Amino acid sequence: MTTTTIEAVRPDRVRGRGAGGPSSTRTVVAYGFWIFILSDITMFSALFAAYAVLSDRTAGGPTASELINLRHVFVETMCLLISSYTAGIGALSAERRQPDRFLIFAALTFVFGAAFLIIEITDFADMLRVGAGPSRSAFLSAFWALVGMHGAHVTSGLLWLIYMVAQVVAKGLLPHVLRRLLCFSLFWHALDIVWVGVLTVVYLMGAH
Amino acid sequence: MEDPDRLYDRTPGVEDQEPTANYWSYTTGFGLAVLLTIASFIVAQTNLLWPPGIPMGLAVLAIAQIGVHLVFFLHIGTGPDNTNNIVALAFGLLIVFLIIGGSTFIMANLNANMMPMPMNLPH
Repeated sequence: MTTTTIEAVRPDRVRGRGAGGPSSTRTVVAYGFWIFILSDITMFSALFAAYAVLSDRTAGGPTASELINLRHVFVETMCLLISSYTAGIGALSAERRQPDRFLIFAALTFVFGAAFLIIEITDFADMLRVGAGPSRSAFLSAFWALVGMHGAHVTSGLLWLIYMVAQVVAKGLLPHVLRRLLCFSLFWHALDIVWVGVLTVVYLMGAH
Repeated sequence: MEDPDRLYDRTPGVEDQEPTANYWSYTTGFGLAVLLTIASFIVAQTNLLWPPGIPMGLAVLAIAQIGVHLVFFLHIGTGPDNTNNIVALAFGLLIVFLIIGGSTFIMANLNANMMPMPMNLPH
């Protein structure tokens, strides 16, 4: 039996693994951004570790199960999931050079992302009102650091989305704009993955 | 013989050339993610599972959901052209495991071996 190598059949199509020169800019950019996302998740893992260690150090203050409103958290989770879905469909529309569809789905992504953030900020304000600020106990410091860091990421993601929409409107769907959009959608999906961790470790296990 | 197009390195976050497969990928992923989320809330709020096993059940559902997100949203699959992305992910997971596992292990050990201290010692 003979094996045909790709180099022999289509020397022009060989890419990656050092065989035919460097990968396309698109692949290199997205790969670099993937590495950044993994380092960001590593940063989150330190906050998760701090939370896991400190979650029962309430110093006589409010505990997780007293503070958590699972109904709000369910709505927040659904908002983030829907906005991740619309972000994916929007990125796909952009790939197919459908700027109108992209703008519609970008708007939906923004609306659901903002809804998540508004619910979260309302809950944070309620916690501050009942004296459950980050300085109350070690548990609350870890809680605010972890959940707040995720919220800060969502906020910066929303700002980035506005910036991307402005680029699409001003420049059109040029290759470098599409590469930035790809990075944005990777970032937005990765935030959803971090939220799965927050939801499980902080909210569902905490409320139980 | 392999399809020549499949021998490119896979771009992270990009599925494949088939247009309809992409919409299906996101829609399937979304459906699975919603189901797993609802399942986690049910497990957390009822006694459907044996109560001491609930945290473990929640962890399993969370890992399944992260897998769904990776495959259907981020398109990090197991194809041969996806090797670079998977290796980076595996390294990231190793670091995450070391940080979380190591911290909780060390702190649990310290707590178990330390003398009980009154909480209101003057500093």
